[in-house]
Amino acid sequence: MTIVVADAAAVYTMRLADDCLVLSHRLAQWSSLAPTLEDDIALTNIALDLLGQARAMYARTAELDGTGRSEDDYVFLRDEREFVNCLLVEQENGDFAMTIVRQLLCSTFQLAQWQALESSTDEQVAAIASKAVKESTYHRDHATDWTLRLGDGTDESHGRMEAALTALCPYTTELFEVDDVTRDVGARGIAPDPAILGLEWEAYIDTVLRTATLQRPESTWTPTGGRRGLHTEPFGYMVAEMQHLHRSHPGLAW
Amino acid sequence: MTGVDEIRRIAGEIPDPELPALTIADLGIIREVRIDAAGAVEVDITPTYSGCPALEVIRDEVERCVRDQGYSHVAVRVVLSPAWTTDWMTEAGRHKLQEYGIAPPRARGADMRLLQLSVVCPTCGSAHTSEVAHFGATQCQAVRTCADCRETFPHFKEH
Repeated sequence: MTIVVADAAAVYTMRLADDCLVLSHRLAQWSSLAPTLEDDIALTNIALDLLGQARAMYARTAELDGTGRSEDDYVFLRDEREFVNCLLVEQENGDFAMTIVRQLLCSTFQLAQWQALESSTDEQVAAIASKAVKESTYHRDHATDWTLRLGDGTDESHGRMEAALTALCPYTTELFEVDDVTRDVGARGIAPDPAILGLEWEAYIDTVLRTATLQRPESTWTPTGGRRGLHTEPFGYMVAEMQHLHRSHPGLAW
Repeated sequence: MTGVDEIRRIAGEIPDPELPALTIADLGIIREVRIDAAGAVEVDITPTYSGCPALEVIRDEVERCVRDQGYSHVAVRVVLSPAWTTDWMTEAGRHKLQEYGIAPPRARGADMRLLQLSVVCPTCGSAHTSEVAHFGATQCQAVRTCADCRETFPHFKEH
C-alpha cells in the first residue's frame, strides 16, 4: 500500500507520529529486561506516553492526508520504506548506556519541538503538543539523571557512555534537516524552524554532557534518509516483529 | 429525560478503571456536557496522560451511562486542550486518594508554585519522605519512601 501524499502538513505530522511510535517500540523492548525494576517501569511508562502521542498524531495525519486510515493501518500495514521516522529512534537498544544516550538525544529534541508546536497554527497539533510537553519533560529529566550518574560514575560506566555517544551522535544531524516539507510547514506557521530547535538542543545537551564529564564527539559522518523512507538495517527487523501478529491475523482486535 | 447537570452528576460517578477509589468527576476528566435542541448529547472528556489506557474504557462507560438515561444520540469527544492538570482534582478526590494509600498531588497557588513543600506519608503522616522513582505503577504515579515508618508508597504526582 503506497500512498503519495500531496499535503506537506500530513507528511510532517506523520514524521512526528513515526518518531514517537518507533522510539516507543524500542523502549517497550526493555520490558522485563531493564537493570532495575524502577527502570523497567520507567522505560515502559515513557514508551506508553510516546505511544499515546503517536496515536494522536496518526489521527491528525489521517484528517490531513484525507485517506481516512486508522492508527492500525499506519502502524501495521505500511512497509518499511513508508515509515518516515528519523534514523536515531530506530537504533537498537544496545546496553543501558546506549538506551540512555538515545533517550537524552531524542527527548531533548522532542521536548524543544513540542514546546515550539504549542503555538502551531494547526490547532489540533498545538493541542497534542500542550499535553506532550508535560510528558517529555519527565522523559528528559529521566535521561538527564542517568547521564549524570553514568557519565560521572565509574570508569566502566563512563566508557560505555562515551561509546554510546560516538555511535549515536552522527544520527543527530538528521533531526534538524531542512527539506521541502519543513520549509512548507514552516512558512505556514505549523512547525518551527529546525535550525532554532538545533540551537536549543545543542545548548541543553552540551551543558548536561559537560556536567557529566562527557563531551559530544565531532563527526564528519552524517547519515540521513529516514525522512524519505531510507532506513538502517535493524529497522526492517523491528518492523517485521512489530507487524507480525497483525499481518498473520488480519483484522485481529483485542 | 434529565438535564445537563444530571448527566454530569451521573456520568461523574463512573469509577476510574485504574484507580477505582476515585470517580472521573473527582479526577476532573469530564470537561463539558451539552444537549442540543434535538436532544443529542455531547460530552467532552480529557485524558490524564496521552497514552492512558483507561481512556477508552471511560469513553465507552460515559456513552453507556448517558444512553441509560434515555438519550439515543450520544457523542463522547476527547479534547486535549487545555491539557489536563492535577489542579482539576477535587478536594474529595484528594481525600479519597489519601485514604486509599496514595499521597495526593499537592495543591498549587495561582503562580503555579506548590503550596506544600513535602509529600506527606499516607501511612503515618510524616513529612520526611523522598522520591525513589519518578515512574510508578501507572503513568500518573511516582514511588516515594518514608524515613519515619519506612513504608514505600505511591504519590500521585503533580502534573
